[in-house]
This record gives sequence, structure tokens and C-alpha cells, in this order.
Amino acid sequence: MAHALGSGELSSVEIVQAHLDRIAAVDADVHAYLHVDGEGALAAAREVDSRRASGEELHVLAGVPIAVKDVLATKGLPTTCGSKILEGWVPPYDATVVAKLRAAGMPILGKTNMDEFAMGSSTEHSAYGPTHNPWDLTRIPGGSGGGSAAVVAAYEAPLAIGTDTGGSIRQPASVTGTVGVKPTYGGVSRYGLVALASSLDQAGPCTRTVLDAALLHSVIGGHDPLDSTSINAPVPSVVAAARRADVKGLRVGVIKELGGEGYQNGVRDRFDESVALLQEAGAEVVEVSCPSFDYALAAYYLILPSEASSNLAKFDGMRYGARVLPAGVDDPSAEQVMAATRDAGFGDEVKRRIILGTYALSSGYYDAYYGQAQKVRRLIADDFAAAFEKVDVLVSPTAPTTAFKLGDKLDDPMSMYLQDVATIPANLAGVPGMSLPSGLADEDGLPTGIQILAPATHDDRLYGVGAALERMLLDRWGAPLLTQAPELSAKGA
Amino acid sequence: MSALSRDDVAHLAGLARIDLSDAELDRMAGELGVILDSVAKVQEVSAGDIEPMSHPLPLTNVTRPDVVRPSLGAEAALSGAPQQDQQRFSVPRILAED
Repeated sequence: MAHALGSGELSSVEIVQAHLDRIAAVDADVHAYLHVDGEGALAAAREVDSRRASGEELHVLAGVPIAVKDVLATKGLPTTCGSKILEGWVPPYDATVVAKLRAAGMPILGKTNMDEFAMGSSTEHSAYGPTHNPWDLTRIPGGSGGGSAAVVAAYEAPLAIGTDTGGSIRQPASVTGTVGVKPTYGGVSRYGLVALASSLDQAGPCTRTVLDAALLHSVIGGHDPLDSTSINAPVPSVVAAARRADVKGLRVGVIKELGGEGYQNGVRDRFDESVALLQEAGAEVVEVSCPSFDYALAAYYLILPSEASSNLAKFDGMRYGARVLPAGVDDPSAEQVMAATRDAGFGDEVKRRIILGTYALSSGYYDAYYGQAQKVRRLIADDFAAAFEKVDVLVSPTAPTTAFKLGDKLDDPMSMYLQDVATIPANLAGVPGMSLPSGLADEDGLPTGIQILAPATHDDRLYGVGAALERMLLDRWGAPLLTQAPELSAKGA
Repeated sequence: MSALSRDDVAHLAGLARIDLSDAELDRMAGELGVILDSVAKVQEVSAGDIEPMSHPLPLTNVTRPDVVRPSLGAEAALSGAPQQDQQRFSVPRILAED
């Protein structure tokens, strides 16, 4: 697409219009967008076309449209975080990631659906209704960034931005047959990203190929003085690594603790095949043990709610968000207005996690829960450090299962949380991770994903390994995995 | 199951400033008990002298020169306000006279 734009074969207006037409045809079924900005995207496309016609040198992705997860502030475009409490909010400023997309000349098609405040693994916790998996509309597209993965899988956008707090880019990528990358913590600015858990959140690319992800990563990455946690150090080029696509002599560690009990057979089979391909291509494969990973899920579900209970305290009808007055109360107190607002404005999963975080941080329980979880976090980071002494990258299945049916896990929060068991350790330690399609599970014919992890600031290794594996898998399949997905327009509204 | 009674959940909801209905309190007491049982697994790890890790990066203060520079204008800052008056947010009264 970028090549067609650069050569003049296609205009950005034509590409944007084609995507708007596709959205009109299929999004009633998929429900991946919360807001589509056709006029804005076409205006941006016209501007890029005009600049290109005048001979201006443009970014390689200039004119390529993109969709943005609704947790990132977009000037002039609604930003709701999938929550009723922010319904109708139109930010007066852009998140740094969004500003960088605009500066690169990328038209923004709209905002994608998500679990409310990024809490969930299925996009069923959106206050605006669930997104459906383009591979099977009765199934979940993963979460919390199910909308961003689904727009890419359904050809409603060529690229999208997601955010990953415990796997919310990688797990949706796995179950939709797309590529998703969580960059090194601090590698992409969080300025303008509505915080769920500040020490874990990270924005990143959702794409159909590894090279697409690298190109997008290079647009949004880099130091931002507006984010105090932004890394200010040179990092190797991810685009060059993706183009190099070489694993010869690379040491690849298979994580012993991720891939056993609880993992679907078809997921394990496709993962084993991918590892075998890496070995055939000249990588040295060894098993690596990270024993503290067994505690990662528990630590995460204490640290995340604790940070979330603090971050979401500002949505109280006084400082931010809608305001709801308690029914039947004359002259309500400020506390009563806050409580009524937060009851009406938040969904079940958000309430559950805020109360869990309040408990974990409360006097008498802090040491046993939050304090202990922070120590586990240290052990997990130590496990990563020890593993990366032995190997260059680590691999595991991205998610334990393929996409489950909508509604199947809604009444069982722990079962839902287990979806993130393989992705969470990377967020706790801040290391980068990528998920790319590894094939279809034999049992249900649905996509599975392989996760690649690298040391912090070595995101380039993800792209080198990912691109090499992608090339070998493409040779095997004969065409991209997404070409095997059912035709959506046949079911379209 | 971890001992988290309906009253405990009501107390926590009060601390978190969230009104919960009776049905929500009943349901959440059960759900939180199951979740707490599972996350209590972190207590199996010997605490020893492990240094707690609150953040993946060593955090340092980031400062900039104290100089006047352009910021969000009043019009932009008020653009999301349902009501405004004299370049200020206008909000309904929620406190009684006394």
C-alpha cells in the first residue's frame, strides 16, 4: 500500500475511501469501531495527496490510514475508553502517539472498541457492546484491544494502534491471526494514554505483517519529554531488523513454564512447528526455566487493580467524567454524588478491579498482597535477566487457547484472567513482546499465535526473528493466514 | 475461600466511592473471594530480603527550565465543558448552604 502510494498507483483518498466502504459493509457485524471519522480521514488524505503531488518528500507511511484504540486522546475525536463515564468526551489535545501519526501524514479512520478502561481479555466489557472476531462472529476477538486487532483482521484498516497492559495487543493478535507488538516499556510515549496501570501500560502496533509493525513502531517510538517514563537512549532500528529477517546462530529459549497444562493441543502443535522452523533456519533452540512465572498471574492481578484503583479515582463526577446525582436524595453530599456517578459510569469488571485494588492496598493487607506482589515482580524480572544471559530471545504460545465463544467466560473472572498467563510476565518486567500468527488449530480451524520476547530496548530482535519465521510460515501456507478467514461481506449487514 | 463478607465488600465500595446495589454486593463478595484465593498464591513466595519492584524502569525526576511557554488556551480547555460561564467551568451546586 505504501509502495502504491509512493509510485502514484493509488492516492491516499482512494485508499481511505476503500476502507470507509469496507467499514460500512462489515462493521455492523464486527463492531470494531466506536467512532469513525470519515470526513477527517479524507481531509487528511487529500492533504497528503496534495503534498505528494507538489513533490514533497514524505514518510514511507504517509497516506496509509490507521485506526486508534479509544484509550488514546485524539484532538477533536471522541475518546471514551469504552466507558460510559467518558461518553461524549472530545479531548482538546492529541496523545504523543497520535501526534506522531498525524505528523507522518497518516489519516486516522476512527477509534476502536476496547474493554472498558482496558480491563478484560475479550472486548466484552466495553460499555458499547462487544466486538466480534472476524474469523467467527460468535467468538471474541481478544481484549482489551479486540477492536484494534479486529479492524486489521477484517480489512477495516491496514494498521492500528493498541495498548498492552498484560497482553492486550498480543492476545488479540493471537486470536485474530494478526501481528501485535508490545514495545519495551518506555519505548513509546504514554502521554495522552488514559492510564490503567501506569507501570505496565504500553502502546504498540497492530498489523498484518511483521514489516508493517516495524514501520509503524518506528513512527510512534522514541523519547518524549512529556512522559517522565520515556526512555531517552538510542535503540537499534526495528525496520532494518525486519528487513534482515535472519535467525542463523541466534539462541532461542523455549519457556518451560508456558505451554503445558491448560494450553489447547492445537495451540501447542502450531507452536512446536514454529520452533522447529526456527531450528531449521539455523537458530539454536534450548529450553529455559523461569520458575517465578508461575506466580506472575497472581502478582499481576494484585498490582494492576492497585494501580487502577488509584488511576481511576479521578473519574468521580467532580474532576473528570459524567456526573450522576443520587436518586431520591435531597442536597446530596460530594461523596454521595461521587458514589452514584461511579456506580452508574463504571461497568462490572472495572468496579471489581477497583474494589480488589482498594482491598490490596488497605491497611493490614498491604504487605500480604501488594507488597508481596512487588517482590514477585522482582523475581520475574530476575528470571528474565537470567534467561537472557543464556539466550537472545524467548518464545512461548501467546495465548493458551484460540478465540472462545462470546459470553463463555463472562461469569468466571479467573478463567478470563488466565487468557493472559503467557503475556503478563513481559509487562511486569518491562521487556518487549511480539505475537505473530503460527497457524490454525486443528480442533476448531481458528488462529493461534507464537510470542517472541527480548530484553528491554532490544525490540529489534523481535522483528528479526518474527520476520524470518513469518517468511518461512508464508512459504508453508502459500498465502497469508488471513486469506483463509471466511469472507465477511457474505455475512455483512 | 478467603473471608471476604458482604459487609467487607460494602466497606471497600465505600472507600472506593462506588455505590453498589444489594445484588452487586452479593455477587461481588463471591467473585472477589475466588479471585483473592487465587492471587494469595503470591504469599507462597518466601519474602526473604527480596527488594520490592514497583516499576520496570529506575525513575528519576524530569524537569525543564522554568520559562513561560504556550499552553492549552482557555477556549480549548473549556471545549469539553457541558456548561461554562466567563471562561470558567460551570457546575451544578452539590453542597447545601451550611
